[in-house]
Amino acid sequence: MDKVQILKERIKEMKSRQLEKGDMILSSLHATQELFDNSIPLEAAKVISDELDVKVERIYELATFYSMYSTKPRGKHLIRLCESLPCHVIEGPKIAKKLKEVLNIDFGQTTKDGLFTLETTSCLGICGVGPVMMIDGDTYGNLTAEKTESIVQKYRGEKS
Amino acid sequence: MKAMTILFSMDSNSLLNGAKSYEEAMKNLVNEYNLSDIIEIIETGSFGFYGKGSVFQILPDDIYYIVNSIDDLKEIFEEHLLKGRSVPKFLVDREKLIPADTSKLKETRIVLRNVGLIDPNSIEEYIGRDGYIALYRALKMKKTEIIDIIKDSGLRGRGGAGFPTGLKWEMTLKSQNDRKYILCNADEGEPGTFKDRLILEGDPHSVLEAMAIAGYAVGSQLGYIYIRGEYYNSIQKVQKAIDDAENAGLLGENIFGSDFSFKISIRPGAGAYVVGDETALMESLEGKVGRPRLKPPYPTEHGLYGRPTLINNVETFANVPWIILNGSDAFKAYGTQRSKGTKVFSLIGNINSKGVAELPMGSTLREVIYGFGGGVANGRNIKMIQTGGTAGTFVTPDKLDIPVDYESIKDGISLGSGAILVIDDRNCAVDIAKKIARFYMHESCGKCTPCREGTRELYTLLDEISKGHGKIEYIDRIKNLAQEIADSSFCGLGQSVNMPILSLYDNFKDEFLAHIGASECPVGICEFEKVKSKTKV
Repeated sequence: MDKVQILKERIKEMKSRQLEKGDMILSSLHATQELFDNSIPLEAAKVISDELDVKVERIYELATFYSMYSTKPRGKHLIRLCESLPCHVIEGPKIAKKLKEVLNIDFGQTTKDGLFTLETTSCLGICGVGPVMMIDGDTYGNLTAEKTESIVQKYRGEKS
Repeated sequence: MKAMTILFSMDSNSLLNGAKSYEEAMKNLVNEYNLSDIIEIIETGSFGFYGKGSVFQILPDDIYYIVNSIDDLKEIFEEHLLKGRSVPKFLVDREKLIPADTSKLKETRIVLRNVGLIDPNSIEEYIGRDGYIALYRALKMKKTEIIDIIKDSGLRGRGGAGFPTGLKWEMTLKSQNDRKYILCNADEGEPGTFKDRLILEGDPHSVLEAMAIAGYAVGSQLGYIYIRGEYYNSIQKVQKAIDDAENAGLLGENIFGSDFSFKISIRPGAGAYVVGDETALMESLEGKVGRPRLKPPYPTEHGLYGRPTLINNVETFANVPWIILNGSDAFKAYGTQRSKGTKVFSLIGNINSKGVAELPMGSTLREVIYGFGGGVANGRNIKMIQTGGTAGTFVTPDKLDIPVDYESIKDGISLGSGAILVIDDRNCAVDIAKKIARFYMHESCGKCTPCREGTRELYTLLDEISKGHGKIEYIDRIKNLAQEIADSSFCGLGQSVNMPILSLYDNFKDEFLAHIGASECPVGICEFEKVKSKTKV
C-alpha cells in the first residue's frame, strides 16, 4: 500500500476517536510526519483536509506555526538539542558545538546522506539530567562532548 | 508482601541515567540467586533528587544507593542483599545534604504524596494509598459542598498565575450550558520546570481522580488532558492510567454506580510555548494555531468550543483529592497568610543535586538550594538565581532568606512555576539576557506587534552587545523596549518580558556597561567579533 493510502487509513481510525470537531488534527499531523520523512507534504495535507474537513491552508498554517512540524522533508533521525537556560548554564553550548562538528551541519540543516536533521528545542522538562537532547522519541541526558559523539555514531552504525 | 523491596525510579530523568538497565541487572541477580520469593523489585516515580548516577531504594532498610555501573550494582547486591551490610561508598547521605540551621525543614508531600512510593502503572497501588476514595466521597456530596471545601482551602492555580481554584470551579458551575469541559493543562514548557512531568509519570491517577471530581462539581462529563507533544513517556503513562481506570469502573459510565459519567481523553501538543496560556491552549486543542484569545469572556463561561470550561494545571489538580480526603483545614495548616499549601520546586542549574522538592509555601530560596540541592556545584559561588522560570525574575544571593510565595514578587522573587535556576559566577549576565531574549523572540506567536517585533529588536540589540558591537544608547533602548513590550502586549508572554530582562539589568548594570567599548567580554563568555578593519574601503 502506498503511503498516501496508509495515511488515509490512519486518519480514518483517528477520526473514530474524535470527540469534537478538530480535536484530532494535531494528532493526525504527528502521524503524517511519521510516514513522510518527518514532514507534512502537500499530498498528505490534502488527505487530512478531505478526511477531517479542514482547509489545506489551515494545515499549512499549523505546519509552520508549531515547532514539531515541518513542511520540508527532514532527515531520518531528528536531533533536538535543548537550548533553554537550564541546559545553557551547564555547558549546553559545548554540546551544540560538538553536534555541529560531528554532523558537519548547522542547526536547521540536514546531513547530505539524509540521515540527520539538527534542530534546537525549548526546555524538554528533564532538566534533572541536563544538558539533554532528543533523537526521535528517545532522550539522552548528562551529555558530554564525548558522549554526544558516541550517541551520534551509534545511530550512524544502524544505517549499515 | 515480600521481606524486601527494591524501588527503581522510572521517571524520564532516571531513565536517562540508565535506571532500566540497572533494574534488569538487579532482576537477573535476584533470579540467579533464587531470591525472587523474598525480594520484590518495583518501578516507581521520582525520588525527588538526582545525582551523578542511577538511584534506587532498599526497603525496609530505607537506604538509597547511587550507582554508575553494573559492577557497582553487583557489589551492592553481594554486600547488602546477600551479606546484610550496607556499602557506604554508594550510599546517598540525605542527612548530609541538609545543613544544621534548617533542621526544621521538612519536605511536605501533598502533591507528590505517591510519587516515588507507588508503581505509577498500577492502579491497585494507587487505590491502596486511598486512591479514588476522594472521588467516592465527592459523589456523595452536593456540588456546592465540594466547591466550598476547595474555596476554603485557599488553593490557588499552580501554573503560575495563582488564580483562586475554588472560585474558578464556582464560576464554571454557575455558567449555564448542557455541555461543559474539564481541561488539564499539561503543556509544561516553562524552561526549568519539570514538576508536571514527574506528577504525570509518577502518579497519573491523582490527576485523573481530581478531574473526575471537578467534572462532578461543575457539571461536566468530558475532560481533556493536553500534554506536551515531546512528553512521549508521560503520554504513555497517562493513557495506561486512563485505560485502567475505565476498566475498573472509576472513569467512564456511571462511576461507583452513580448517575455521574466522565470520560477523559489525551491530546498531544506540537511545540509552542505560548500554548501554556489557557485560551491559546483551547485554540490549539480545537486544531488551530495556538494564539491567545481576548479575555473577557473568560473560559469559565466561554472556553473550549465556546462552552464553559474549567482549566487547571497538573499540580493544581494533584492537590484536589488530598484536600477532599483531609479537609481544607489540614491544607491551610501549610503555607503563608495568602498562599496556602505547598509548592513543588524544580531545582536546576549549577547545583550539586538537581531535582524536585515539595515544600510549604513561604519556604526560602536558601532552604531549597541548600536544604535540598546540596549547594552550588564545583565549589563555585552563586552569581544569580532565576526564580519562577524564564518569565521570572533574577535575584542575587542577598535575597536567599525571603519567603517565596505568591506575594514575594514585591521583593522581586517570582513564584511562577516553581523553577529555581542557580547560576554560578562563571556565567555572563549579557549572555543570559541574550538567551532570554532569543527565547521570547522564538516563542512569540506573532499575533500582536509589540511582542513580535519588540522581542526581535531586543534580541538584536543584546546580540550586538554580546559580539562587542554594543553602543551606550543600546542600554536605554533595551530598558525602554522591555517595558513597552510588557505594557502593550496582548497576552502573558509579551507582558512578562520585563521581569527577566529588567531584573537582570538592575542587578548587573556594571557588567552590561563593561561590555560596551571593551575589547573582550569582561566575564570571558561572549565571543566578541573582531572589529572590521576600516582600511577595507
